Formats: sequence, structure tokens, C-alpha cells
Amino acid sequence: MSIESSGTAEPSTPSTPSEPSATAGRAACAGATAARGGFIELDGLVKSFTVRRKAGVLRRTKHEVRAVDGISFSVARGEMVGYIGPNGAGKSTTIKMLTGILVPTSGRLTVAGLDPARERTRLARRIGVVFGQRTTLWWDLPLRDSYHLMRRMYRIPDARYRQNLDHCTELLDLGPLMDVPVRQLSLGQRMRGDIAAALLHDPEVLYLDEPTIGLDVVSKAKVREFLRTVNEELGTTVLLTTHDLTDIEQLCERVMVIDHGRLVHDGGLDALHADGGSERTLVVDLERELPPIEVEGARAVRVEGPRQWLAFPASASAAPLVAEIAAEYPLVDLSVREPAIEDVIARMYADRSAL
Amino acid sequence: MAEDLRAVEGSRLADGVRAYLIIAWMWVRSTMAYRASFIMLTIGQFLGSGLDFAAIMLMFAHTPHLGGFSLGEVAFLYGTSGVALGLADLLIGNTDKLGQRVRDGSFDTLLVRPVPVFAQVAADRFALRRVGRISQTAVVLGWSFTVIEVDWTVGRVLMVPLMILSGTAIFGSLFVLGAAFQFWASDAAEVQNAFIYGGNTLTQFPPTVFAKDLVRGATFLVPLAFVNWMPALYILGRPDPLALPRLMDFASPVAAALSCAVAALAWRAGLRGYRSTGS
Ligand SMILES: Nc1ncnc2c1ncn2[C@@H]1O[C@H](COP(=O)(O)OP(=O)(O)O)[C@@H](O)[C@H]1O
Ligand SMILES: [Mg+2]
Repeated sequence: MSIESSGTAEPSTPSTPSEPSATAGRAACAGATAARGGFIELDGLVKSFTVRRKAGVLRRTKHEVRAVDGISFSVARGEMVGYIGPNGAGKSTTIKMLTGILVPTSGRLTVAGLDPARERTRLARRIGVVFGQRTTLWWDLPLRDSYHLMRRMYRIPDARYRQNLDHCTELLDLGPLMDVPVRQLSLGQRMRGDIAAALLHDPEVLYLDEPTIGLDVVSKAKVREFLRTVNEELGTTVLLTTHDLTDIEQLCERVMVIDHGRLVHDGGLDALHADGGSERTLVVDLERELPPIEVEGARAVRVEGPRQWLAFPASASAAPLVAEIAAEYPLVDLSVREPAIEDVIARMYADRSAL
Repeated sequence: MAEDLRAVEGSRLADGVRAYLIIAWMWVRSTMAYRASFIMLTIGQFLGSGLDFAAIMLMFAHTPHLGGFSLGEVAFLYGTSGVALGLADLLIGNTDKLGQRVRDGSFDTLLVRPVPVFAQVAADRFALRRVGRISQTAVVLGWSFTVIEVDWTVGRVLMVPLMILSGTAIFGSLFVLGAAFQFWASDAAEVQNAFIYGGNTLTQFPPTVFAKDLVRGATFLVPLAFVNWMPALYILGRPDPLALPRLMDFASPVAAALSCAVAALAWRAGLRGYRSTGS
């Protein structure tokens, strides 16, 4: 996979994240950048479902669920954006509209200048999609055969295909899995296989719907690392949904938060934390049981044997804190935990109503 | 403009056929990885579907005629209906798995690929072992030619492939219609199977053994009569039990085209109404 060919007729010079166009989206909230033709453009997008519920023995009531309730944003070429929100917030529904699977109820939507629902098949050549909960691979076929089918379906030129497959195989460590039927792969292996499948045809944009859900720590790290490489080296635009803030922390400079179908934040992760005044947690393993650690800028919230939990403002850096603790305490291991998205959102609302 | 549109439609069709062949071939290849199991399954299908005909032969052990038709003539009906269904089942029989894909959400993944979704659904799990059924019914059909007494004019000869093609198209459109229905009722596969396999059993026997109302239903409601009854009446030189105009004996291609059109419309409507699933 190299930058020069993105497999489209349009001259595409993927902007690197340092260019102004890529950072523009971070500057302001919902819709402010929508005016200047971004690569992905949403304007007042709505999707509602009519749901029938049993309301008695025979009676059924109809009611409307607004899964996406008027969302506007714009994503520039080459950006890597996190789309985060609690379960049922409307993340998957948004992705389904962006890929043309669902037709919006109202609002405007373009991806690469195309209307996804009307030009779904044409758009498919230019996008890559990964669904965390379901595979695009053929369940009963070995990975190799699935990829071969992809090659034929997307009409990927031979040399290109080899190059891309080799690249993915190496970075995602797929070599030993190539001849294993997909149904025999572990969740993490399958996810890596799926991500490779989505990239073989050099898509201009990659959507990932909860790519890290249910993965073990090692697989998560591998997936994140790979996504960063794809975005940085190939300039592929990446939009990933998640309800795990750690994904965002490690990958995205820009994060959009969706709750009850509405965009409640669009900007940097720092700004999100500042907004919500949320706290991260430093989990510290000491050599032995000690009284609660006392350091500036953090407070011990829990002690369990040699393990201690320290809360500190999410907008602050963990590095000085770690240095200080390491200098004064017998440190064995430590890790940083992001706050749960539900808490961040709850705090945002609390802040707003307090104003 | 119209020409452009036709070109687009034409290339979509070509795309679809190409995608179908690519996917089907992949399944054939993967089946061949377990050659012994494939051979066993195919023989199994051959024998299993042969039991049907054994039952018919048993009936003829007690009577020389069934509704006025000889064993050879019934074998002719059995063969034409069986080959038509077998071909339809081989080519697009897997569309009946659509409901399951809608339910588990995997249908979404087909929609993000750059090839027509129908081709993907139709070719999914292409099962070559179904030639087992096709060859069994073809053997019966071949045998029937050696025993029925027919004045083989050019018209009658041509009618044989024409009725098999029409029958394949009619059974095929029943498959598609059933699949389209599964967009709304994802557990409708049972109903579909009842129509298709019921229809197959029906058309294995002469129309004369059934109540007239049933025959009428199979003519005008579900066009099963055009799978083989109508053209067979012409080939075998039999009167029509419903006393319909003779022209109807030649109407199979028209009935097939109509049912394909209805099926295509239903499929489009179903696809348009598709609303995925909440996770
Ligand atoms: N196909 C559907 N039919 C009915 N309701 C749906 C459908 N898809 C999603 N929903 C509802 O819309 C809301 C948003 O769902 P979803 O987009 O899947 O959320 P998320 O991906 O953020 O967890 C939920 O309340 C869900 O139940
Ligand atoms: Mg979801």
C-alpha cells in the first residue's frame, strides 16, 4: 500500500494530519465546518425507526425511535476521527447511513461527493468497512480464500493486491492464520483478518464500528497500532466508533461524542475532559502493601494490598505523576485507565445544567 | 438518455453474473477440498430424490394408469418438474437463507461490497452436490422418452427445452419471491418451501388426478401449471382438464417472464424497505 494510488479517478492527494484542512474540524463544534466541502459531510442527518411493541394480548403500539436525531459534521480527507457514545447512542446507525446500508429519514449526506444510499455500489469500491460484531469474511472459507474473493470482487490489480496483502499480513501478523477457516479464528484474530479485508482495495476512507469490542489487550494494541500506521502512511481517512475512551486517547486527535442521537461534543479529547471535568485513574502496583500514596495532583481512591488506584484530572498529563511516584515509591507496574464514556457524558450534562 | 440507462442496466447485469460466477466458483473449489464428502453427498442426493420416483412406481404396481396417464407419461412430468426445480435450486436455491442473514445482521456486510447484492445472496454457499437431484430426475426424464408414444414434430421437440427453461424460471421466481418476503418476515422460509416443494410434488403428477379448483389455483394464482402441465398436454396430445384455449399450452415462457417480473419487483421493494437491525 503506498500513497500514490488510491484507486480512483479523482486526483487525490491525501492531506497529512498537519495540514490545516485536517485540523479545521477540531476548531469548532457541530456543523461549523460543514460548509467547506469536506470528504464526509453530514447536515442535519436524521434516522428514525418505527418500532412496534406489544402493549397487550393483541394490541401493538407503534412508536418512533430517533436513532440519529439531526447530526451535522464534516470530516476532511486524511483525518482520523473517533465517534464515541454509550450503547444505543446511534453510532452504528450513523455508520450504516454513511455506507449506504440505511437511507436517512431526512438531512443531507455526501461521502466523496456521492450520495451513499443512492450510489451504494459505486461508493463501495472507495470505502472500507469493519463491523466489530459481524464479519465480512466468509465463515467457512480460509482467510486466504476470502481475500482472493475480495480481490476478484473489487477487481484489485494483481500487483496491488500482493503488495497490500503482504503489508497487512506482516503488520497484523496474519501469516499463520491464512489457511484457517474464519469460524475457527479467535475474536481478535478474526478482527485483524477483517481489517485487512477492508483495506485490500485501497479505500479512501475506512469505517470501523467498535473494532476493539471484546478484544484482549494484545489484540487491541495491535489493532490500534495498525490503524495509526494506515492513517499516517497511506493518508486513509478513518472514522471509528467505540465506547472505550482508551481507543480515542491512543488514536484520535478529534473526537465526536454522540448521545441519544445528538452530537454533544466535537473537538479534541482534552477539550472533552475539560468540558466534563472528568478524571482518569492511575492503577499502581507497588512492591508491598503501603499506606495510600500521597502526591500532588492526584488522590488515592482505593487501596487493595499492594495495588492502589489514584484519580487525577483527565486533562492533566500522567507523565509527571508517574515520575514522582516512581521516585518515591517501590513501583512494580502501572497502567492508566480512561474514564467511562457514560461518566464523561453525565458530567457534561451536570456541568451544563449547573450553568 | 434511454441508451445510457440501458448501458448501465446492462453492465449491472454483467457485473452481477460475473460476481455470481466468482462466488459460486469459490464454493465449488472449497467443496472440492473435501472431495470424498462431496461425492458421498451427491450420491446421497441422487438416491434420496430417487425414493420419490420409487414411490410412484409402487403406485403403478397396482394400476396401469394414474388419472389416465401411463407410467412413462408420469415419468415425463416427474422428470421435467424435477429437472426444472433442481436447476432453480442449484442456481439460486440459497436465497432462502436470506431471512437468517437479515436476522443476524450479516446482510449489512453484503451491502457494502461493490457487486449487486442479489448475486451475492444467490451464489452464497453454492452447492454443487445438487446436481445429484438434477441427474436423478434427468435419468427418469431420459427413460420416459424411450417409453412414451409421441409424434415428435419439430414443435414438440423444441417444446421440451423450452418448458424446462420456463419451469426453472418459474421455480426460480418462487425462490426469489420467498426471499423478498423474508425482508419483512425473516422466518418466512417455511412458507416458501411449502410452495416450492409442494409445487414440485404437485407437478410430478398429472393434473387430472387433482380437484379442478386446485388445478385452477396452480394455473392462475401460482403459475405452477406452466412448469410442465400445460406444455406436456401439448406434447402428449392430451385434452386440457380445465378446457382452456389451446394457446395456453404454449404460454409457459410468458408465464415465466411474468413471474420473474413479479419476483424482481418484490425483491426491489424488499431491498428498499430493508432497515437493518439494532445491535
Ligand atoms: N433496525 C433498527 N430497527 C429499530 N431500531 C433500531 C434499529 N437500529 C437501531 N435501532 C435503535 O436505534 C438506537 C441506536 O442504535 P445504534 O445506532 O445501534 O446505537 P449504537 O451503535 O450507538 O450502540 C437504539 O435505540 C436502537 O435500539
Ligand atoms: Mg453499535
